[in-house]
Amino acid sequence: MLSYLLATLTFAGIYALLALGLNVIWGMAGMVNLGLAGFFALGAYASALATVALGLPIALGIVIAISVASLAGALLSRLTLNLRGDYLAIVTLGFGEVIRLIAANEIWLTNGSDGIPGIPGPFRGTLTPLQFNALSAALLAVAVALAWWMTERLRRSPYGRALRAIRDDETAAAVAGKPVRRFKVQAFAIGAGLLGLAGAAYAHFTSYVAPDIFRPLLTIYIFLALTAGGTGSTAGAVLGAVLVIAILEGSRFIEPLFHGLSGAGGAALREIIIGTALIVVMRLRPEGLLAERPPKPETRP
Amino acid sequence: MDLLPQLLINGLISGTLLAIPAIGFTAIFAVLRFPNFSVASHATIGAFAGYAANVWLGLPAAPALIAAFLVAALVGLISDEVALKPLRPYGALTAAIASIALTIVLENMVRFGFGNELRGYDLPLVRDWRVWGVRVGPQQVQNLVLALIIMGVVFAALKFSRIGKAMRAVADNPTLAELKGIDPVWIGRLTVFIGMGLVGAGGMLLGLGTSIDPLTGFRFILPIFAAAVVGGLGSIPGAALGAMVVGIGEELSVLVLSPSYKSAVGFIAIVLVLAFRPRGLLGERAY
Repeated sequence: MLSYLLATLTFAGIYALLALGLNVIWGMAGMVNLGLAGFFALGAYASALATVALGLPIALGIVIAISVASLAGALLSRLTLNLRGDYLAIVTLGFGEVIRLIAANEIWLTNGSDGIPGIPGPFRGTLTPLQFNALSAALLAVAVALAWWMTERLRRSPYGRALRAIRDDETAAAVAGKPVRRFKVQAFAIGAGLLGLAGAAYAHFTSYVAPDIFRPLLTIYIFLALTAGGTGSTAGAVLGAVLVIAILEGSRFIEPLFHGLSGAGGAALREIIIGTALIVVMRLRPEGLLAERPPKPETRP
Repeated sequence: MDLLPQLLINGLISGTLLAIPAIGFTAIFAVLRFPNFSVASHATIGAFAGYAANVWLGLPAAPALIAAFLVAALVGLISDEVALKPLRPYGALTAAIASIALTIVLENMVRFGFGNELRGYDLPLVRDWRVWGVRVGPQQVQNLVLALIIMGVVFAALKFSRIGKAMRAVADNPTLAELKGIDPVWIGRLTVFIGMGLVGAGGMLLGLGTSIDPLTGFRFILPIFAAAVVGGLGSIPGAALGAMVVGIGEELSVLVLSPSYKSAVGFIAIVLVLAFRPRGLLGERAY
């Protein structure tokens, strides 16, 4: 039971990283990214391949994962800079699907739909499973704390203010002399880097990646996390991620109440609950539990 | 070498079938101004409604197609009223995100009822025709004719009927249309009903050639978006033209790419068109 709790905490950490990454892209800079699962997959596969195929240490794999996802984010946002939000939604969703298609079909690289097993985790061989889960949860907690600190600093900095200005009115921000295009690409790259980091953490914790893990469903989980917590709020992103994991894991315990539910039926029920939850939250509390509060101006005596 | 004409014929047929859901998607965009991603689940619902009519009730393909249209249209209307319509005032992106959540809910309801296994339609087996070395299945031709009839009805209705004219008016300028006494709420409902009906019928038409499962609609989502974006998001003739481009492009891609990348052609088409002609081939005017 303790081991299960620790594993759940680790997943909450991974979701929190994803929510923090999306918060930079969507919450602060206002660019919709429905291809979140694609960046998560890029990070997971990059780190998995670096450590399994090339035998590099895990830390280096994670750095590679962040760089690959970040670079892909910069490229994609550079290509789509002039697009209106609704077009960007279509393009990013398509990007996520294409990444999954590549992962499923480039068998020489990714092993196709069989996935890559045996991805190393830190000290996996020498620790008991319980100890390993505890270590993972602790490492994820540190990563989330770092990402929290970093994105919160970003949000409070003049750069963060400029991003919010771009989000709220791009033309006005440009008129005020902000380098709108450069800032948007940078914000997308920073956010995508966090998504890639989450992917790497997922790969090393579960030791297995396959294309089916990166379905658009994940994108909905994270949008739910961010919307529930409060889009634009750093604490809200983390709180929302914990909440989504609580709903996901909690609904596991509801399943036995429905007698004769098949495995597919149970999974379907969980996904119905999550999808409905997002729509209900958007309807009842569109600003989220912890609504975004612009940082107070520093007062000088 | 007869490969090229064969690929062109296949592309023309699949492009025509693809045009039906693409027209539904783009029509909803034209009137309600947001990309409704729940077309994925409505295509699946149409495919399964058609399956139920065809296999359980023993109806032939054409009447089953009407069932696919009606069920998807009804589910589309109800789910839009309940889930998406109240969110539209918050902006196009909020509605778009909610529509993905909706598609996941609906897709899983289908999975709940039908399970994950692949199902095939009950169609008479007939030998392919060979014309000048090109193979064409009679079933393919029947699907093509059905799709062309649906398209003809849609275009005629938009051009000549009062409702069609009202829809075009709302798409063109909602404020002006309202001043003229057209109720945008009712036109919105009607558009969702017809649009999702077309998506459902399209889901069945695309599924007739293969087998269907709850992810059927999702597999067609990239080509459907691509057709709409290539032709100009919100333009109905554009969606038909875009569907031809994507259908033929997908078939021709087999010459250079592995067939499993067929659906990536849609994404490439989207990126290319947006880079060079951001408003699509025919622009964004509805008709």
